[in-house]
Amino acid sequence: MLRCREVSRLVSESMERNLPLRQRLQVWLHLAMCRLCAGFARQLRFLRRAIQENSERLTQDPTAPEPTLSEEAREQIKAALREGQV
Amino acid sequence: MTDSNVSRHKASDPAEWVDQYGDVLFRFALSRLRDPDAAEEVVQETFVAALRARHQYSGEGSERAWLTGICRRKIVDCIRRRNRPDAATGGEQDNDPSAEFFDAKGNWRFDPRIMGGRPEAAMEREEFWEAFRSCLKRLPQRQADVFMLREFDELSGDQICKELGITSSNLWVLLHRARLRLTRCMKFHLEKWGPTDDASLPRGLPFGVRVDGA
Repeated sequence: MLRCREVSRLVSESMERNLPLRQRLQVWLHLAMCRLCAGFARQLRFLRRAIQENSERLTQDPTAPEPTLSEEAREQIKAALREGQV
Repeated sequence: MTDSNVSRHKASDPAEWVDQYGDVLFRFALSRLRDPDAAEEVVQETFVAALRARHQYSGEGSERAWLTGICRRKIVDCIRRRNRPDAATGGEQDNDPSAEFFDAKGNWRFDPRIMGGRPEAAMEREEFWEAFRSCLKRLPQRQADVFMLREFDELSGDQICKELGITSSNLWVLLHRARLRLTRCMKFHLEKWGPTDDASLPRGLPFGVRVDGA
């Protein structure tokens, strides 16, 4: 019987590839009996979907000012472009 | 249509790129790299590469999309560089953290379920997104880098392994650790509200079975 530690790892791995049949059965058996791991598994799929649908909101706080290039970097990049053009 | 160029975009003067696209690219790079210095460097590399490849710009698709495509490449290059085993910052020790999450018997040390197993209920609240953002920021660099490529840029596992020169099992371990950390961090942040009491949940149902309207 697999423990939560192994099952959580396999559940995470199943987000990346199809598990071999034997492991899939072991995981299924565990999830049918363990609400913590079952919740964790469901949550991983929920988080993946939440990220796909909200990637902007998750990388930039909509209430914070948008970050911009520093004046220094701006000038340096312009200089690099001028140099590259000649 | 008589003019074949009518649906094509014309490349603008590179001298104007920085003011026109600099901030957009910077924000994109920063969202992936979480390091302003690295993001600035990537923006510069993007423009310099674009300048060299200017004649290859087909005019199909917007100039901004073209530059963003180059920027994506440069971000991956930067991630590869900083995670090389010999890199000063990327080589952080990453010991097996499973003891933080599981006891000696291999059982959970905490209930991993956000909002008592109903994370959907939290999506309406700004606190949920705040917690999500702040927990993403706290991931160790290596884990965050592969997690972002996988979940935000939706690269396949094979692509990531190829780009970063790591094995699949290496990748799976990093992703799993990132997910465990994220779970625990969000759980901690959101603990203060939401039913953590199991009594509100249907009991004994196997994984995948949903009880709607319960």
